[in-house]
Amino acid sequence: MSFLSNIFARRQQSSSVAKDRLQILLAHERGAGEAGESDLIRQLHKEIMEVIARHVAVDQDKVQIKVDRGSGCSMLEIDVEVPQQLSGKRVS
Amino acid sequence: MAKVLVVTSGKGGVGKTTSTAALGAALAQSGQNVVVVDFDVGLRNLDLVMGAERRVVFDLINVVQGDARLSQALIRDKRCETLSILPASQTRDKDALTSEGVARVMDELREKFDWVICDSPAGIERGAQLAMYHADMAVIVTNPEVSSVRDSDRIIGLLDSKTQKAEQGEKVEKHLLLTRYDPARAARKEMLSVEDVLEILSIPLLGIVPESEDVLKSSNVGAPVTLAAPTSLPARAYFEAARRLSGEKLEVSVPVEKRGFFDWLFKRDA
Repeated sequence: MSFLSNIFARRQQSSSVAKDRLQILLAHERGAGEAGESDLIRQLHKEIMEVIARHVAVDQDKVQIKVDRGSGCSMLEIDVEVPQQLSGKRVS
Repeated sequence: MAKVLVVTSGKGGVGKTTSTAALGAALAQSGQNVVVVDFDVGLRNLDLVMGAERRVVFDLINVVQGDARLSQALIRDKRCETLSILPASQTRDKDALTSEGVARVMDELREKFDWVICDSPAGIERGAQLAMYHADMAVIVTNPEVSSVRDSDRIIGLLDSKTQKAEQGEKVEKHLLLTRYDPARAARKEMLSVEDVLEILSIPLLGIVPESEDVLKSSNVGAPVTLAAPTSLPARAYFEAARRLSGEKLEVSVPVEKRGFFDWLFKRDA
């Protein structure tokens, strides 16, 4: 039973993994195409990193910024993975 | 008023040529005058898929360069008299297509036909950009697969920036045609669903063409699937897509063979 449900669970994921990967990738690529948005995302990424780095040591790659373009409104999503022990001091 | 439609995708092998032939034939079967134009210079295949490969005398490049008249290069389909094909050249250099020459030929085609359907080469280079430049409408052929969706997104960006309409501050009307779709796999979440692709690309859905043996069988015998197997699932999808292109408001659903539980399960409202 658990074997079957394992397979089922794994199957369920592959299309949503594809969707998530595409959304992150395209948010980047669309930015690169449109000068305005690209500057915005790059600038946001840089400044958000600076603020976070003042307080916590985070990996550049652990910060995901994505913009979902919608017809009515767009959504800016910032996802920061913070390490387990928050020392409050900057570790470099 | 003639409409110029480009069938494009970025990625190769997703079904541009099949869809050009099928949509062109479906529109022609409804009585409208249609020409399908192969822009894939060097790798022409539209003539082969449509069974006209042995009737090619002159091609698009001959006409663009003024070596032949348009009427000499156009091939009328033997099964459907309102359908014509303008083949691409197989031997010549792709740089032989000049923007001015293409513009002149497109103007001439607009006068003769109701629909001018341009089969774009794969890629995002000059050939693809020439094929889309004069378009009023675009059909973006996409497979429910990551690389195809990504490339479609690039092509949508080009349609919004590198076309005559875009240069004039207007928009090319864009439509998504999802091909090789397998509703069962999408239901098992093994394949991006219609909703997933629509959410990512955010352009209106023209149709869903299911993965089907009939597509290969039709190309084997050199006929658009709407002529070779008009009652097959893909043909039905293309007929409906053609009606939507002509302005009819029809709900999009995945065509399914059997009525019953699966029909209910896979029906899409998008």
